[in-house]
Amino acid sequence: MNGMAICVAPRIIAGVLFPLHPPAASTIARDVDDLYFTLTGITLFFTFLIFGLIFYFMIKYRRRSENEIPRDVKTSMPLEITWTLVPTLISAILFVWSARLYVKNSEPPAGSMEIFVIGKQWMWQLQHPEGAREIDELHVPVGVPIKLTMTSQDVIHDFYVPAFRIKKDVLPGRYSSIWFEATKVGEYDFACAQYCGAEHAAMTGRVYVMKEPDYAKWLASQSNGKSMAQTGQQLFVSLGCATCHAESTGGKYPTLAGVYGHSVKLRDGRTIVADDAYLRNAISKPGTEPVAGYAPAMPSFQGQINEEQLLDLIAYIKSLGTQESQTAVQ
Amino acid sequence: MSVDVAELSTRSCVHYLNASYGIKSWLLTTDHKRIGLLYLVSITFMFLVGAGAAALMRLQLLEPYGAIVQPETYNKLFSIHGIIMVFFFLIPSIPAVLGNFLVPLMIGAKDVAFPKLNLLSWYIFVLGSLFTLYCVIFGGVDTGWTFYTPFSSMYSNTHVLAAALGIFVTGFSSILTGLNFIVTIHRMRAPGMTWFRLPLFIWSIYATSIIFVLGTPVLAITLFLLTLERVLHVGIFDPAVGGDPLLFQHLFWFYSHPAVYIMVLPAMGVVSELVAAYSRKRIYGYSFVAFSSLAIAFISFLVWGHHMFVSGQSIYAGLVFSLMSFLVAIPSAIKVFNWTATLYKGSISYDAPMLYALGFIGLFTMGGLTGLFLASLATDVHLNGTYFVVAHFHYIMVGGAVMGFMGGIHFWWPKITGRLYPDKWARLAALIIFAGFNLTFFPQFMLGYLGMPRRYAVYPAQFQVLNVMSTAGATILGIGYMIPLIYLLWSMRYGPVAGPNPWRAKGLEWQTPSPPPEENFEETPIVTEEAYSYASVPPEKSRV
Repeated sequence: MNGMAICVAPRIIAGVLFPLHPPAASTIARDVDDLYFTLTGITLFFTFLIFGLIFYFMIKYRRRSENEIPRDVKTSMPLEITWTLVPTLISAILFVWSARLYVKNSEPPAGSMEIFVIGKQWMWQLQHPEGAREIDELHVPVGVPIKLTMTSQDVIHDFYVPAFRIKKDVLPGRYSSIWFEATKVGEYDFACAQYCGAEHAAMTGRVYVMKEPDYAKWLASQSNGKSMAQTGQQLFVSLGCATCHAESTGGKYPTLAGVYGHSVKLRDGRTIVADDAYLRNAISKPGTEPVAGYAPAMPSFQGQINEEQLLDLIAYIKSLGTQESQTAVQ
Repeated sequence: MSVDVAELSTRSCVHYLNASYGIKSWLLTTDHKRIGLLYLVSITFMFLVGAGAAALMRLQLLEPYGAIVQPETYNKLFSIHGIIMVFFFLIPSIPAVLGNFLVPLMIGAKDVAFPKLNLLSWYIFVLGSLFTLYCVIFGGVDTGWTFYTPFSSMYSNTHVLAAALGIFVTGFSSILTGLNFIVTIHRMRAPGMTWFRLPLFIWSIYATSIIFVLGTPVLAITLFLLTLERVLHVGIFDPAVGGDPLLFQHLFWFYSHPAVYIMVLPAMGVVSELVAAYSRKRIYGYSFVAFSSLAIAFISFLVWGHHMFVSGQSIYAGLVFSLMSFLVAIPSAIKVFNWTATLYKGSISYDAPMLYALGFIGLFTMGGLTGLFLASLATDVHLNGTYFVVAHFHYIMVGGAVMGFMGGIHFWWPKITGRLYPDKWARLAALIIFAGFNLTFFPQFMLGYLGMPRRYAVYPAQFQVLNVMSTAGATILGIGYMIPLIYLLWSMRYGPVAGPNPWRAKGLEWQTPSPPPEENFEETPIVTEEAYSYASVPPEKSRV
C-alpha cells in the first residue's frame, strides 16, 4: 500500500468537489467494497505497468536514425507462459472470491422480514405485511434482515439501493427477490436501474432506516387497520374464491389451509413447494400447473386482479397455515 | 520480394481512383478499394449523426434537472446514439472500410472472392442506414440500443419497427461481408502466403468474420420475433400475452456480446500492424497473438449471460457466465503483453498512427481490467446498469475500437489516397483525443460506483461535478475528432505525394504504388518470408 501516500492529497481535493464513496449502510456493503478496492488495485497496478513500460520503451528505444533496423527478439516461451498463467491465476482467485460472496448475498437469512415491491411506470409501490403501503418511500428497521419480494405491473424495472450494494431486476409476470440488512440509521436513495421508458429517471425514492421502536411506531401510524392478509381475505370472498375453496364442498376442490410452504403433488407427477411464485401462477394461470386429484375447474384471474391484489391473496393463503413454511421454503 | 521503391513511384499513373470517373463508376464499382471508400463515406456520415446525439446528451447532463431537453427526447438521443454508433459505425468501421481495402492487398489478391456480393453488401448497408435515418428524422425511437422487452414490443410508442428493420437489414451486409472475407482469406492468398505468414490484421479480420457469420443471424431472428410480438401480439416476450421477458435478453446478448469483439478484434489487428511497423519489428509472440484472436471469437459466444447477473437468471447460470467472462479476458491480456514486448529493443517512432496504437493499448488495458469488476458477480450487482458500465464499454469501444480505427486510417491513408497528411496536426489531434477521451469517461467510472444509473435524463445534484467534467471532456474529444476530418480532406488535394511506402513498412500492401492500381499488383506477388521481417538478420528458426 505504498500508493496510499500519493493518493491522499488528490483525494482530499477531490472529496471537496464530489463524494468519493457511496454510503455503505448494509451488512454486505463492506464485503462488496473490499472486492471493489482489490479490483481497483489490480486495475491500477496493470494500468501503470503497461503505461509505464510503454513510456519507458518509447524513450529508451526511440528511433535514432531513419535507417535503423533493430534485431528481432526471439519469442520466449517461458515469458509467454508466465503472462498467460498470471492473469489466469488472478482471474481464478477473483472468480472464486466474487462468486462465494454473490452466493452468500443471494440467500436471505431464515426468518427475514418480508416487504413487497411493485414497480410500475413510473413509481414504486411498497407494501408491508401489516398493511402499511408506501409510494417511492420505504421505511425499514435497522439491524433486521429484510427480504423484498418484487414484481412489475408492466415492463422490466430494477430496484437498486446503492448504499446497500443491492440491485435486482423487477420483472412482469414473476417474483424476484433480494434481501438486505441495514446497519446505519439514515436516509438512502433507491432508484430504478433498468431503463423503463419516458420517466425512468424519475422512478427514484428513499429508504428510511429507523430504530426498531421508531419503525414499530411508524408502522402503527400507517396501517389503515387491515393487514395484507386481511385485505386478501376480503378479496377471497368478494372474488368468489371462498365458494369452492371451502370445507363445505366435501373435498371436491382443495381447501387452502396449510398449503403455503408445503409440497404439492401436480397432475404431471412432479412435486413442488407451494411458494409465492407457485400461488401467483395458480391464481393467474390455473391451467399450467394443476394439482393432482382435482378437476381443473378454476377460472383464470389474469387481467382481473392486479399485482397488489395478488400479493394480498397470497398473504391471506399464507396466513391460513404457515407452521412448516420455514423449512419448506428454504 | 524486394521491389525497387523509386521505380514504383514513377511508373503507373493509372490507379484505382483515376481509372474511371463519374458517380456511376463509383456506385457500380466492384473494386474492393472503392467499396472500402464508399463505406468510409457512409460510416463517417453516420458517425457524425451519432456524435451529434452524444453531444446533445452531454449538454443535457450539465445540469441535474436536465439542461436542454425533456426526458422523452433524451431517451431518444441515447437510443439513437447507441444504435448508430454500434450498428452503423463501430461494427462496419474497420472490417468494412479497412478490411475491404486491405484484405486483398495484404494477401496478394486482385480482389475479394465475390466482388459483386461485396458491392451488394454496401447497398444493403445503405438501405439499413436509410431506415435508421428515417427513424431519426420522423420522431426517433426510445428503447435504447438494447430494445429490452416487453418495453420495446408492447409499451414504447416510438418508431421501434423502423429502427429494428434498419438493424435487421444491415445485419445481412455484415453476414455477406464476413462470408466474403472468410472465402477470400481461405482461397485467394498469393503463392507462398501461408497461414502463419499472414499479417495479424488478417487473422483478426478472419476471427471477426466468423462472428459475423455465426452471430448476426441470431440478431436477425431476435428482431424478427420482436416485430412479431409488436405487430401481431404473438406472445413471445411479454408475460401478459404468455411470453418470457428474459428470453429476449438471452437472444439479444447472444449476438451483442460477440458483437463487442466484432468491434474490438479488428482494432487489435490494426494495432498489431502499427506496433510492428513503427517499432520495425516482428510482433512478439506472433502465433500467441494470432490464436488469441480465435480464442476470443470462440469464448465470446459463451459469455452473454454476464449482462444478466441481476436479471433474475439462475445463480448457477451466473456462476458459469462469470467464469467464462474471466476466461475471455486472458487472451486479451496475452495480446497486450505481446504488443508491449514488441516495443522492447525496437526502433520506435512517434508518428500519429503509433500514438493511436499506444493509446489503444493503454486504454484497452483499462477497459479490459474494469471489465473484471463486471465479470465479478458480487461487484456487478452494485455496478450493473450504472455509469460504470457506460465508462467500461466506452473504454473498449472508443478507447479501443475508435482509436484503432483512427490509427488505421492514418496509417493507410497514404496508401488509400496517395497523399500524406500534416504529421504535426495529426499527432496533436491524437493527443487531444486521448486527453478528451479520458476526461469524458474516467469520471463516469466514479459516477457508477457512487450509484448513478445510466440512461437518466435527470440526476441527483451530488453527481453534477463529475458530469460537468465529463461534458468538458466530451467537448475536447469532439474538437479532437474534427481536426483529422479537416486535414485528411485537405490532404487529398494538397498533401505531399506519399510514394508507395512512406513508413518503410513491411507487408504486401506497401509493395505496390499508392494509390494501388485497379488490379492491386502488376504481377501476382510471391511471398517468401514471414510477416514483419524487418530484421536484416533473420531470427533463429524457432517460431513459437
